Parts: sequence; C-alpha cells; structure tokens
Amino acid sequence: MRSLELENVEKAFGASFAVQRFDLAVERGEFISFLGPSGCGKTTTLRMVAGFELPTTGQIRIDGRDVTNLRPNQRNIGMVFQSYALFPNMTVADNVAFGLKVAKRPPHEVDSRVAEMLKVIKLPQHATRYPYQLSGGQQQRVALARALAIKPKLLLLDEPLSALDAKIRVSLREEIRSLQRSLGITTIYVTHDQEEALSMSDRIVVMNEGRVEQIGAPFDIYNYPRTRFVASFVGTLNILRGRVVDAASGRISIDDQPIVAARGMGGLQNGEVRSVALRPEAIVINGSNGANRMQGTIEEVSFLGSVIRIRVRFRDNVISLDAFNNPNASPPERGAGVTVSFTPEDVLVLEGAEAA
Amino acid sequence: MTRPRFGSWLAIVLGAIYFIVPLIGTFEFSLRMRRGVYSFDAYAVVFGDPRFQATFLYSTFLAIITIILGTVLIVPTAYWIQLRLPKLRPVVEFITLLPLVIPAIVIVFGYLHLYNSSSFLPLTASSRTTDLLLAFSYVTLAMPYMYRAVDTGLRAIDVRSLTEAAQSLGAGWGRILFRVIFPNVRVAVLSGAFLTFAIVIGEFTMASLLDRPAFGPYLQLMGANRAYEPSALAIIAFAVTWACMGLIQLFGRGARTARR
Repeated sequence: MRSLELENVEKAFGASFAVQRFDLAVERGEFISFLGPSGCGKTTTLRMVAGFELPTTGQIRIDGRDVTNLRPNQRNIGMVFQSYALFPNMTVADNVAFGLKVAKRPPHEVDSRVAEMLKVIKLPQHATRYPYQLSGGQQQRVALARALAIKPKLLLLDEPLSALDAKIRVSLREEIRSLQRSLGITTIYVTHDQEEALSMSDRIVVMNEGRVEQIGAPFDIYNYPRTRFVASFVGTLNILRGRVVDAASGRISIDDQPIVAARGMGGLQNGEVRSVALRPEAIVINGSNGANRMQGTIEEVSFLGSVIRIRVRFRDNVISLDAFNNPNASPPERGAGVTVSFTPEDVLVLEGAEAA
Repeated sequence: MTRPRFGSWLAIVLGAIYFIVPLIGTFEFSLRMRRGVYSFDAYAVVFGDPRFQATFLYSTFLAIITIILGTVLIVPTAYWIQLRLPKLRPVVEFITLLPLVIPAIVIVFGYLHLYNSSSFLPLTASSRTTDLLLAFSYVTLAMPYMYRAVDTGLRAIDVRSLTEAAQSLGAGWGRILFRVIFPNVRVAVLSGAFLTFAIVIGEFTMASLLDRPAFGPYLQLMGANRAYEPSALAIIAFAVTWACMGLIQLFGRGARTARR
C-alpha cells in the first residue's frame, strides 16, 4: 500500500512558485531523499507534508487518507529539524516522553517506551540530562528518538545532519538508515548533500527551482541523469556540447570529432545540439576502452595523492578525468597531445535542447 | 593613561555623591525622630500604622493581579507576533511604547471619561470594579517593560522550530504555550514581573485619581502631614525596589549559568 502520495502539489508565495506540479508516490518502508540546492523547494514540500504549509493546489494523502487540510498535530508525523528543536526546559527523557504524554498514554507505557527509545539511540545513561549538556550529535539522536517514540506513520527529516561535523555526519547517517530499516518506517529526508542522498536512499527526488528534475534509485540518478541539472548536481559529470549527426545510428559530433551514443537518441533530430554527459571514471587516457576515441590536449594536471586529476581540452569542450597514481610512471605533461577513449554505453545524451 | 583613569574615577565619585548623599541624608533624617539620639522610632511608627499595612497589602495584591494579567496578555501576543506576524512587530512596539509618552494623568482622565458611573461600562460605579480598572491601568503602565522583557526572552529561543516540533508531536496551542514557550521565557517574564511590581508599589496618579487606598497615595499623604515618617517610608520604598532589582539579577544570572 502507498504510504504517502503527493498529487499535483503546488505552493505559491505571492506570484512566485516555490513548488510546481509535484507528483510522488512512496511505498511503505521506503527511504526517499529530496535532493537539490537551497531554494529548490525541497523543504517547502516537506513542510507541506508535515502540515506547516498549506499547498496552493494539489492533494497529499497518507495511507490513502487525504490530509491536505489537516493540522500538523493531527497527522501523526515524526519530524526532525536541522536545529534539533529539543525543548530546553525538559530533560532528555521528558523530551522523548512529550508526544506520548500529549497522546495521554498511561505512565507505565510512557516510561517503558522512553527507556526503549533511549536504548535504541544508545543514550540510556543520559535520560536525566538537559539538551544543553549534550553534544550536537547526541541532541540530534534525542530528537530522532522523540520523533519515533510516538510511532508515527511517516518520519520527516529536514537536513538533520547539516549542523554537525563531517565525522559525526557519516556515523549518524548510517545509524539513521539502519534504524529506519529495522523499524520499517516510511521516511522523507531533505538534504543538499548528494553523498548523503546517494548513500542512504531507496529513491532520490532531485529538485531544481521548484520542479522535480528526476526521480529514481541512487544508481540510476548517478549513472543515468536525465537532465543537465541532475548531471551537474549529482556527482562530477563532464558535460559537453554535441551535435546530432545521425540520430538513427547514434552518431554525435563533439568539436567535429565523431562519437557514438548507445542510448538516449530517441526523438532526436539530425543537426540538433544537445548536452552530452560523461562520467570521469568511464574515460581512459591513452588506452583502448571502447569504440569512442577523441584527440585532445592536456590543459591541467593535479596530483591528489592516490589519484591524478587531468583536464583535457578538445576545442571548445573540456573534460576532467581521474587516473590512478602509478609510482613507476611520471604523470602526463601539460600541453601534451592525448587520446581519450570511452564506450558508447557511457555516453549520456541529456534531455532539453541546447542553443546552437 | 593616568588622566583618563582619573577622569573616569571622578565621574564615578560625582555620580555616587549625586545619588548616595541624598539617600544617606534621608536615612539619617529618618533616624532622628527621638530627640538627641538615633533610633528606628519612625520605622516603628510606620510599620505599626494600620494604614501602611493596608495600603502596602492592597498595592501588593494589585501588583500580583497586574503581573498575571500582563503576562497572560503579553506573552501570547509577543509569541504570536514572533511566530506568525513579524511584519507587525514595529506597530506593536510602537503601541507598547505609548504609555511612556502619554502621561498617566491623561490616561486616567480618559478612563474616567469612558468608564464613569453613567457610561455604557460603569467600571467606577463600585470599588471592586474600580480596583479592576486600576489593575488594567497598571497593565498599561507596565506594558513597555513587560513587552520588552518577554520579547527579548522569546528572541533567545528558536520559537518557530520549538512550536513546530511540539505540533508534530500532537500538541495543541494551549500545551505549546504553557509547556514549551512559558517555561523557556520564565526568566524574562520574572524580570518583567519584578519591574511591574516596583512600578505598581510606587504609583500615585492612577490610584489617587481613581480614589483607591494604594501605597502611592499613602506615601503622599504621609509626606504632606508628617516629618520623620516620610523619610522612613522613602527608604522602605527604595529597599523594595532594590529587592526587585536584585531578584531580576539573581534569576537572570541563574538562567545564564544554567544554559551554559
């Protein structure tokens, strides 16, 4: 059964749209990330699901029930905020117990549920502490326990790791994911960090300027971005301008050098200019790695330890690729001519025509 | 380096003399009731005067009513302004400043005009309802201090996130206000409360023109008719005000160390 459905949801502030034509169906137990730059509408969408914003049009359903006009306190949703939002006047245990007391659960049930949640977040010894006595990571774990204590239908997380340092971020995101899997709770996670989204999610919704750019599994989003925005926002794809020579056989010309694309040529016209994406790890320098070969000049070489990042210029187009450091061979010289090769399967033709 | 330091010390000494000498003089005078020796006779007379006890108790009671009314009116208002209507903040700040600009005597004449015994709402018709009117007027007088204290307290916490967190956990507005917002601005409310108390205890104009037996008119009456007792009363009034200031400091510091 669908746990959450958003149907043609839009949100306008005055004349400008923060979210446009948002459609999404989330299965029970799924972990969905909203990924995009700031101002792309991901948080506004999450806040509409939580009930803090009212959609201008469209419908939101939780477990098949229309909740579009329900108040936030009637939706049974657990929410975790970037700023933790723990109640400063309450102890850790009281914070976790808050939602249960609101729901008028019997005291013994409240106590056992609080103890259980504190054990789940591995902070049972901190029950009597106040939020200001905890580190940022511990506070966010308490916020997570507080949100989960009420057994919500949905868990919403609004950039929960942004205020934490890098090391804690990585460990906490693994904790969140494993907790989410073990509880089987449907989760929406808002982030601008592509690594977080790729590593945690079942599916990612990539958003830009209030619109959904692409919805898909992390593997598909990373390997087969559909639009130029997704290609540039997720990962470090090289984006080139190519002219379609023969749509039927997949032939494209980049700076007058012919290459072949194995997919994404449907509906293209000969002579059309399109964005073509290439993953850095798909490109091999001075080797034979498939049918596509292009001649270029090395423009920049950066030594990064185990990896050497090389920038190659063709004529107008530039690509960046990584080669492993080989201690027995000196890195390539700047200005040297070079051949790069890649397979037709690695060529991603993106949606949306380019100006010629 | 020496001259600025000398200058600042001079300013402090002059300021201290300006404030402390009259106070010492008043205190010294209040001790001279018994001829030839220092004694606390004037204080004994004041504390033994049933009108002192009655007026002080009356004003204390009114101060408590004022604090309760002011808190119930101002905390939800300041909270709502911060949460939903931030654009209205300048308007509300202007309104709360009006009692500082409009003299108390103008306000009380307005009240008498609006609520006299032959008006549509005859609040001055009985002494109980006049007490109520006096409490309302004190709420107005204390509003600039109460609003600023509460607003500062609210700005120190993340009102929006705390409200939304409580909402998502199922809480309604009553619970959010009394379980989440009030406890976190408790120190600010207390500061406002002590300021209100100090204002109400010494207020003369409103109580006198509404003809209520408050401490302010009693102070004036004593001052007009007695020699030593007014000095003793002035010192007592100072002590009460200072005690309030001390309590504000105490609670303020308590909150800061607790947060750390």
